[in-house]
Amino acid sequence: MTAALTPRIELRGITKIYPSVVANRDVSLAALPGEIHAVLGENGAGKSTLMKIIYGVVKPDAGEVLWEGTPVVVQNPAHARDLGIGMVFQHFSLFETLTVAENVALGLPGRPPLAALAKRIVEVSQKYGLPVDPRRLVHSLSVGERQRVEIIRCLLVNPRLLIMDEPTSVLTPQAVRKLFETLRQLAREGCTILYISHKLDEIQALCTNATVLRAGQVTGHCDPRQETPKSMARMMIGNDLPHPRHDAATPGEPRLVLANLARKSPDPFGVSLADVNLTVHAGEIVGIAGVSGNGQQELLAAISGESPVRKRDAVVLCGVHAGRLRPGKRRRLGFCFVPEERLGRGAVPRMSLADNALLTAHRRGYVRRGLIRFAKVAAFAQTCIDAFAVKCGGPQAEARSLSGGNLQKFIVGREILLQPKVLVVAQPTWGVDVGAAAFIRQKIIDLRNDGVAILVLSEELDELFEVSDRLAVIAKGRLSPAKPIRETNVEEIGVWMSGMWPGAAEAPRAAMPIAQAPHAA
Amino acid sequence: MRLELEARPEPSRLMGWLSPLLAAALTVVAGFVLFAALGKNPVEAFYTFFVYPIRDRNGVAELLLKASPLMLIGVGLACGYRANVWNIGAEGQLILGAICAGGVALAFHGSESRLVLVLMFVAGALGGMAWAAIPALLRTRFNTNEILVSLMLVYVASLLLSWLVHEPWRDPEGFNFPQSKQFTEGALYPILLDGTRLNLGFPVALAAIAAGYVFLNRSFLGFQLRVAGLAPDAARYAGFNANRMVWLGMLISGACAGLAGMGEIAGPIGQLLPSVSPGYGFAAIIVAFVGRLHPVGILLASLLMSLLYLGGEAAQMGLALPSAMTGLFQGLLLFFLLGSDVFIQYRVRVVRRVAGAAANTAPA
Repeated sequence: MTAALTPRIELRGITKIYPSVVANRDVSLAALPGEIHAVLGENGAGKSTLMKIIYGVVKPDAGEVLWEGTPVVVQNPAHARDLGIGMVFQHFSLFETLTVAENVALGLPGRPPLAALAKRIVEVSQKYGLPVDPRRLVHSLSVGERQRVEIIRCLLVNPRLLIMDEPTSVLTPQAVRKLFETLRQLAREGCTILYISHKLDEIQALCTNATVLRAGQVTGHCDPRQETPKSMARMMIGNDLPHPRHDAATPGEPRLVLANLARKSPDPFGVSLADVNLTVHAGEIVGIAGVSGNGQQELLAAISGESPVRKRDAVVLCGVHAGRLRPGKRRRLGFCFVPEERLGRGAVPRMSLADNALLTAHRRGYVRRGLIRFAKVAAFAQTCIDAFAVKCGGPQAEARSLSGGNLQKFIVGREILLQPKVLVVAQPTWGVDVGAAAFIRQKIIDLRNDGVAILVLSEELDELFEVSDRLAVIAKGRLSPAKPIRETNVEEIGVWMSGMWPGAAEAPRAAMPIAQAPHAA
Repeated sequence: MRLELEARPEPSRLMGWLSPLLAAALTVVAGFVLFAALGKNPVEAFYTFFVYPIRDRNGVAELLLKASPLMLIGVGLACGYRANVWNIGAEGQLILGAICAGGVALAFHGSESRLVLVLMFVAGALGGMAWAAIPALLRTRFNTNEILVSLMLVYVASLLLSWLVHEPWRDPEGFNFPQSKQFTEGALYPILLDGTRLNLGFPVALAAIAAGYVFLNRSFLGFQLRVAGLAPDAARYAGFNANRMVWLGMLISGACAGLAGMGEIAGPIGQLLPSVSPGYGFAAIIVAFVGRLHPVGILLASLLMSLLYLGGEAAQMGLALPSAMTGLFQGLLLFFLLGSDVFIQYRVRVVRRVAGAAANTAPA
């Protein structure tokens, strides 16, 4: 009886102060065995720092951590794992050149034999509905698949406390449900779960207790089952959540047309695109849903020109056959693009925000006689920082010094301020807090109202239903027809995400009659 | 208790500045040990190596003379290295620049016209660019490794020059020595300081440093090179042509190396010999890195490296030390610099208690 009343983990008066910011101030929290405890808060509220303290990545300046009633100082993550603490990070810590199994092996004590480990990975992945091939190299995995590896890595060691930092952002609704079943099952087995998320409906569905953080301090405890998403949002951000306005679209001429777009992937683990047809008109937002790793990266690269296609007319941008054009030429036609990876693709980590503004904004007269007009570039960066409320040290701050959400705001802002004719956005609000996410979505909708053709790829269905006028699904490199948003629903899109939309099954079956023959006989 | 390297949350700016100084200091310490081991008085040896060569006007002129090709090549290489284009064959491009410029000088032998020098200048740059174009073409067409191709072409260039001075371009009145005719007045850089060998090549190199600074830090092309080097995916995303960056990096460094070769034969050498460079093309790689790929840093590093050349000569004459001393000191300097650079990204931590075996898997 006493064992059940001793919290598995308890924090008392945790304070962590960084040179420029107070990450946590006098934070206390307790979670019992078998409890699924939510840690709620906006980006920068101090959730991740708190979790890193528990996991031994960061040392607190004051306060103590009690593990099963005994004060401990968690030295490092290895020590945390010895105690029985597992953590799935928001930012992955996988080695790209190693396979899934090798990566998992690195996190385990000793040197487990890889073949047996691969078997266990497959077992766990099937048990928890997290399909992943242990032989694949991590660099060929999509963001969603990498996250699955992180989750499986934790589940393999049977943790007594599992910390999950925004784990569902890249999973299908069905996979989320399956994960929740897993988590509930783990909780029933006595495992305590600390669940960090900004998705209020998920927290409501899953968690039995919640600690809310704002600006590093605890602003409240609640039982999510007794609250509404609205009331929790108020605790989190201090006021009511803005909801984007979304009037009916008035589509104009076609701006982006994909006609029988096909591209064989040069990467054996990549996804080949086949038969992709899509039209995006001026003044409409088309959303593309899908589980990551189903051809999104390949489709985006074909549209942006980072990997051009052979057929000139497979991609038509503003009436120009652009299939073979390079990214620079497509941008000259009025094409702008927000990629999924912010650091290293959407922005150069070790360059200033001003330099990163120049990256794609250089056509706006910021280069004269081959020389950069630094004052104008800095002014543009400042405009972007102001207009999109980017929290940073100014235009000369290095891109990598920004939090993920703030860098995302900067990149989205930069591309929007370039006044595109066609805007393609991948994961517009991944890792962005609820307030900023609503703001970005509103900006995208405003842009549509100004007559821009917009394509949004996202793994968050709520988001797609919020912003899109029409919605298509990508699965195994094929694209479903785009359906007006009012004529579909989450359930149907969820089914389509597994590749089963009307007419989808015929093509592959027709393509391999021989393989079908034995079954027929 | 043991020492452990720990990644810094962000690179140390202070160490960025201190690292070259630390490397220089460690080189001096290693030099002390070395001189002592060779049975020389270290203080005297150091005086001979680092002070004696620049004790007078002539010495300083020699310092600048030898620094000129180093800074010229170094700044060119930095343009490529910033874009992750690894031209290791500047020595070969230097030789080709010397061959082309020398060809012009021999073709207009006896002419007093200053236009000959202008023509040699252009020919030298083009020669270096042509030699650098080979690895650029192979890299952009067939994805070959420019490090290997440019390096191997050094030996081809060296043998080409050797053949030229042994056979077609050999001075008929040169007592069968493998060397060309002495160039005449019109094919030589004017001397800047009377009584020394310091010539127009030095201001040319300074101009290259200035141009390199503007190009790398102010121009949009230089910006593209830097982006290509720092984040290739971002460069592709922004629409910068990766092949163009390779060509740009190779051609600029090739042209600079070619000009350095032209400067050698139009300056201190004054004719074509089987060897026209004491390895400036390779030493400039060290110069570029010690100078942090920054033009001002390269200016300073080239002076240091030049001093090592002069000191090596003085040590041979004054202390009867082997000529390998020069290369040894160059190597020591680069070795210690690369070692010190580790502390830009890492710091040393004293670990008292042995932590868990898997401590190194901590996420960043």
